Amino acid sequence: MRVPEARAPLLEVDGISVRFGAVQALQGVSLTIGRGEIAAIIGPNGAGKTSLLNVISGFYRPTEGHIRFDGKDRTHLKPYDVAELGIARTFQNVALFKGMSVLDNIMTGRLLKMKGSFLTEALYWGPARRQELAHRAFVERIIDFLEIQAIRKTPAGRLPYGLQKRVELARALAAEPTLLLLDEPMAGMNLEEKEDMCRFVLGVNDEFGTTIALIEHDMSVVMDISDHVVALDYGRKIADGTPAEVRTDPAVIDAYLGVAHA
Amino acid sequence: MTRATAAAAIHPRPPLALDPALDTFPKIVVDNARRLGDKVAIREKNLGIWQSHTWSQYLAEARLIALGLASLGFARGDKTAVVGDNRPALYWAMLATQALGGVPVPLYQDSIEKEMEFIVDHAEARFAIVEDQEQVDKLLQVRAACPRLEYIVYDDPRGLRHYREERLLSLTELKERGEKFERENPDLLEREIARGTGADVAIICYTSGTTGQPKGTMLTHANLILTARSAAAFEGLGADDEVVAYLPMAWVGDHMFSFAQSLVTGFATNCPESAATVLADLKEIGPTYFFAPPRIWENILTSVMIRVDDAWAPKRRMVRFFLDVARRVERARLAHRAPAALDRLLYALGRVLVYGPLRDNLGMRRIRVAYTAGEAIGPELFEFYRSLGINVKQLYGMTESSALICIQKDGDVKLDTVGTPLPGVEVTIAPTGEVLFRSPGVFKGYFKNDEATRQTLEDGWVHTGDAGMFDREGHLKIIDRARDVGRLAGGTLFAPKYLENKLKFSPFIKEAVCVGDGRPFVVALLNIDLAAVGNWAERRNIAYTSYTDLAQKPEVYELVREAVNRVNASLAEDGELAAAQIRKFLLLHKELDPDDQEITRTRKVRRGFIAQKYAALIEGLYSGAGHVKVEAQVTYEDGRVGTVRADVRIADAAVAGA
Repeated sequence: MRVPEARAPLLEVDGISVRFGAVQALQGVSLTIGRGEIAAIIGPNGAGKTSLLNVISGFYRPTEGHIRFDGKDRTHLKPYDVAELGIARTFQNVALFKGMSVLDNIMTGRLLKMKGSFLTEALYWGPARRQELAHRAFVERIIDFLEIQAIRKTPAGRLPYGLQKRVELARALAAEPTLLLLDEPMAGMNLEEKEDMCRFVLGVNDEFGTTIALIEHDMSVVMDISDHVVALDYGRKIADGTPAEVRTDPAVIDAYLGVAHA
Repeated sequence: MTRATAAAAIHPRPPLALDPALDTFPKIVVDNARRLGDKVAIREKNLGIWQSHTWSQYLAEARLIALGLASLGFARGDKTAVVGDNRPALYWAMLATQALGGVPVPLYQDSIEKEMEFIVDHAEARFAIVEDQEQVDKLLQVRAACPRLEYIVYDDPRGLRHYREERLLSLTELKERGEKFERENPDLLEREIARGTGADVAIICYTSGTTGQPKGTMLTHANLILTARSAAAFEGLGADDEVVAYLPMAWVGDHMFSFAQSLVTGFATNCPESAATVLADLKEIGPTYFFAPPRIWENILTSVMIRVDDAWAPKRRMVRFFLDVARRVERARLAHRAPAALDRLLYALGRVLVYGPLRDNLGMRRIRVAYTAGEAIGPELFEFYRSLGINVKQLYGMTESSALICIQKDGDVKLDTVGTPLPGVEVTIAPTGEVLFRSPGVFKGYFKNDEATRQTLEDGWVHTGDAGMFDREGHLKIIDRARDVGRLAGGTLFAPKYLENKLKFSPFIKEAVCVGDGRPFVVALLNIDLAAVGNWAERRNIAYTSYTDLAQKPEVYELVREAVNRVNASLAEDGELAAAQIRKFLLLHKELDPDDQEITRTRKVRRGFIAQKYAALIEGLYSGAGHVKVEAQVTYEDGRVGTVRADVRIADAAVAGA
């Protein structure tokens, strides 16, 4: 387990509600994610975890509430702008370009960092060339970091699921995010793949100083790697604290064991 | 087996004296840096790009590491444990150790802590230079048990930033210390290098040992330099050759090909990006000089055949057709016959359509000399590569001979021999059938194990432990380990490895263990090849959940039965061995694994251990039962132990008539 320390807030979510017609996906959820921490969002199916991630990354517009990122109000931003701010994410169902190589997939994560005129890019000349080389060098660092050298040139669609997840993480990292949102990074993995993924998540946090918010079901993973756990149930926050506090919280135990919901 | 001493000294022994100015590896590298300063000495693929280092840089890097070690109090005779994948920094670490009059002790990088602890403790290593966090973690555990180990130095700092252990430092820090130390002691290193002589121990290689604890084989600079030179001259190797360093650094062969011969001839050693990328990197480098044990040749062939099977039908038929042509042509060549005229024509066509592209694709287009050794190679496997025009030759050697004893000469290659002794090497067969040799490469002794040294080394002759014989042309033929050759209850000669090698040529059989000494007939315990059988099963819509499940499918048993029957048919033509056919076999429920001590790290079967561990299965094979219940312990990579339970079927094989 990791030693908790006082951290400056990076992301502040304040009283967020999301409603789809009659369905109340999130109801007045507030939480704070500190700079440099690994936060886990847990909860039973349909608790609103992915909705919360979607609100943070700008896919959903909250009906109520505010989001402050890096001290500024960021409630109503489009996904593109959110990405530009330094928030990157991966998806619950892998969303890679199947026909493109692993390397090209990861390079797309750099798109926002590429500046250049249409002309220089088209001619691959001068600054465009230098820029491409610098981006490639950065991407190679990620490839080395995530140990995927052997599949650099393999089309992403041909890879087994566990590796596709890893490539998706690589693409998110290519954007050099300040905040990385991982939607069930370990779903469907076997024990060994999970251990690898844990190692990478901790490594990203350590090596690049990236703040990470992840949704995860495997409680042993959550307890092992996170500094901070937020539990949701039926769109409400039911617990928020260190892994040890949340694990023993009666509301969380009830939500997971399915009691006390008449 | 009892055979009178046959043949022997084919070449006169070359002078044992080395030029004292070039009698150690550090002196040779100093000379290389002067003569070949700007020539590439070693390459490493890092961050997707091949990074080259010249001989001047090779020297400069080793120099700083040596000075850094000296600043930590390294004394002559100290040992450095070296652990990791093939990395330039680790080769430099070995040279640096030698420059200070110390001895590098390379360890297998996938060893578990317990194995490392034995070697680090036995070798009395004071320093360890390792690749990365994985190895640091192991070495820190080892250090807790072996207080003699003082400093641990690592190359790749990833994940190690928060380690606050004492006497743990990065290679960069070590080199910085070296720079500072040099300012205070300007010509210390030159003096230390000059003090070294050819008789000093250059390396201690711990042999994986099919029985008992590993033994530390001490090889001197003279052993390695004389052997490396003689073999390089024999093959005409020069500074323009390229070799790929991908086999464990702890294995004497890698030390010979990637270090000793590279230094002696000046050729470049190429370190792949990672173990998983070797085949892709091979293609980028296009080595001219290549070594692979039969298991790797086999893996490559299996992967080629899987791709061929998955190809479009006309393409598949074309490849099959031309591979058959090539095989016929190669068989004729090996028998020193002229191939049929039509085959010659088709072979020329096949070169354009199949062989050339295939060789290119495997990264073997530029190969001038390729070796296989360690285990006997299946004849079909050997023919396959040679028929593509790749000059694969067999060699014979062992750690105690500085890796090399016999090599097949170009143009004088045979399927079932290991060639003639290298210049300067004498080989003779003891009356017991055991192969003995004497050469300038003969090791100095086992470190701290005089008992074992006395048993192996007698009047300069080394007992190899292999049973062999010379054929009419003076080629040495190795049949088996001397102690493994036995007889069936009926008196028929039983050479288990000979049978196992035949079995293992089937792409579906990965490992085989034959039992028969003192028994009425021969039985076999087999491992299926998960990749090949899995692919075969998928194409036939046979669903399976695990290795154990797949191995016990009746369809898979049928598939393997065909392979066993083919082996029996070929044994039937083998005269003396015709009666040693395989009557019964079973497919093991788990893969034989070095972590479970069933095979060595170099994948040699440990018979005694298996006979004990699988006694129930072996008895089952002889009892006439249809299946046996079994439980086996498996050791995971992190050292945890689990249990696998299974019900293993027993099958009969058809015995072929002579």
